[in-house]
Amino acid sequence: MSTKDDNILQELAVEEYKYGFTTDIEMDIAKKGLSEDTVRFISAKKGEPEWLLEWRLKALKHFEKMVMPKWQNFKHPKVDFQDISYYAAPKEKPKVNSMDEVDPELLETFAKLGIPLDEQKVLAGVVAVDAVFDSVSVKTTFRDKLKEYGVIFCSFGEAVKEHPDLVKQYLGTVVPQTDNIYAALNAAVFSDGSFVYIPKGVSCPMELSTYFRINAENTGQFERTLIIADEGSYVSYLEGCTAPMRDENQLHAAVVELIALDHAEIKYSTVQNWYPGDKEGNGGIYNFVTKRGICKGDHSKISWTQVETGSSITWKYPSVILKGDYSVGEFYSVALTRNHQIADTGSKMFHIGKNTRSKIVSKGISAGVSQNSYRGLVQIGKGAEKARNFTQCDSLLIGDRCGAHTFPYIESKNKNAHLEHEATTSKIGEDQLFYLTQRGIDPEKAVGLIVNGYAKEVLNQLPMEFAVEAQKLLAISLEGSVG
Amino acid sequence: MLSIKNLQASVDDKQILKGLNLEVKAGEVHAIMGPNGSGKSTLASVLAGREAYEVDGGEVLLEGKDLLELSPEDRAREGLFLAFQYPVEIPGVSNINFLKTAVNEIRAYKGLPPMEAKEFLKRVKEKQQLVEFDAKLANRSLNEGFSGGEKKRNEIFQLAMLEPKLSILDETDSGLDIDALRIVANGVNQLRSKENAFIVITHYQRLLEYIVPDYVHVLYKGRIVKSGTKELALELEEKGYDWLKENIDAEETV
Repeated sequence: MSTKDDNILQELAVEEYKYGFTTDIEMDIAKKGLSEDTVRFISAKKGEPEWLLEWRLKALKHFEKMVMPKWQNFKHPKVDFQDISYYAAPKEKPKVNSMDEVDPELLETFAKLGIPLDEQKVLAGVVAVDAVFDSVSVKTTFRDKLKEYGVIFCSFGEAVKEHPDLVKQYLGTVVPQTDNIYAALNAAVFSDGSFVYIPKGVSCPMELSTYFRINAENTGQFERTLIIADEGSYVSYLEGCTAPMRDENQLHAAVVELIALDHAEIKYSTVQNWYPGDKEGNGGIYNFVTKRGICKGDHSKISWTQVETGSSITWKYPSVILKGDYSVGEFYSVALTRNHQIADTGSKMFHIGKNTRSKIVSKGISAGVSQNSYRGLVQIGKGAEKARNFTQCDSLLIGDRCGAHTFPYIESKNKNAHLEHEATTSKIGEDQLFYLTQRGIDPEKAVGLIVNGYAKEVLNQLPMEFAVEAQKLLAISLEGSVG
Repeated sequence: MLSIKNLQASVDDKQILKGLNLEVKAGEVHAIMGPNGSGKSTLASVLAGREAYEVDGGEVLLEGKDLLELSPEDRAREGLFLAFQYPVEIPGVSNINFLKTAVNEIRAYKGLPPMEAKEFLKRVKEKQQLVEFDAKLANRSLNEGFSGGEKKRNEIFQLAMLEPKLSILDETDSGLDIDALRIVANGVNQLRSKENAFIVITHYQRLLEYIVPDYVHVLYKGRIVKSGTKELALELEEKGYDWLKENIDAEETV
């Protein structure tokens, strides 16, 4: 490849992170360090019942016994768990008008991020938002409207208080405390997150979303999301995330649990744009997340869609346990890495029920000196008669200093299962770029077109407004990759 | 419209064009023929600004503007179009979206607002008919899974859409059967006008039966060694290139 295009492709990284600002607000921050006291402190801050405190303390014991895994395709960075503050919340100002009064500083922060928290300013029926700032949920919009349909959408903390039975029934049933070291850590110190319950037969009238914002220094964000779709219900849920630019790495270790009962469907979309670190690889978020759903009922469906452009390291495998007969699991992913970013991501599909189907479509895009791995597991149990899986993992390379890797695993205990696997690796070449520029198209726009074309199958899965956002995000993230 | 003076260019330190001169006026069609390796495709690539090609000397003016100073996209925006010998496939990018982007980028360069959707679609419909391009193909991903003939027709469709001043057809006839050749040539003939010009690069006289050139040039060892009218193409068809080669090679020995 010629020098100019080389420059074009290798500089694929210069665009500054747009959400790197910090909010100056008085914070209530826990002392650094992790111990039983830390857990008790968080639980007390949240006014939790005894059973939840016990649950947390049990998780902490597990965590202390666990060791860091070594199978991942990157060197696990040293994380000093005693050097992190596990709770950071904006200090509450005296309430003025209503319970809903939110600090204007926070409203402004979310407005700057493009997340309107003022329902009056949102066109009716668009999206309901739960805004999480560091360790706490600051506002959940459209709750009253959703209530009319019996839909519960609130912060995790509120759910513990107002719907303890539901929380107790499902918490930790999909991702057990012992699942992995970060799941154990999260179970011990999780501070907030979103809770959703869709009652029987209800199709949620609007998109639900949670916006996660890390602001405070030297803290980690450990949120927990629990979504329960009762029989015959439907919900589409989206999460977005950003963080300020800092030289230190910050840990984000979340747990998401989804439960779909008979004939229920959950569509979960993520547009992840945590701060990725600078061009030299300093700073950025460690995004170590456990996401899993269970298709508990027959004919239920869980679909994960993720667009991952941020974080210095992204390490997660949104998975589906296909327990109900005829249940369906889907995973659509675009993971873009540039500069020194690392992604080790993919999906796991556990086929237990009969006639279960799953589909995995993974599109990796690597630029700069980044490393992008797809890792996936398709497991077919003995009783999973006529289970089917289709897996497609594609890699797109931009420049010649980045890496793309695939680690697909298949374990089948049933001879009737039908499994298909396709994989491709391609490179944005001088030829494609030259072809588009010869038609008068700016080289950066050309790369944006090529990448969006490549990711189209996944972007098509996103709700309309978010698909447009994600398209822009992909194009912007790649700005400067073409000189 | 186009003025090439003493153009010298190389690829990987090997000089391919060794002092090429060519004048193309508006309304003209020039054919460039020559044996393999004579530098025909290099000329097309150098004019369009492909990076691997190094210009060592000479001058190229497009309507008085120094073409060699411009980036590939600006050359395109100034009205230079290259119909590729091997059109590239771009999966997931719809033909129409791509064209809309191209049309509007060119308009923006000229200080014009983006084309209205209605007007754009009207133009698409009109040009599709003009170059007999299947509407289904227009909505598919750019060249993805197209046959060789469909790709070449898409090049002509794009040419029609972008309305360039100077079009270079780089072996557009290669790999086409006689029907596809006729359609492609017919499209080009429809697009010929007093305002634009064409450089047709080809191996074979066959294409020139359909696209009748005003001038024919023979390129050999990086230079135009003979120029004439359309009759020269017939002569070449009959006698091959050897008689010309002999003359040149003899001169070189002296």
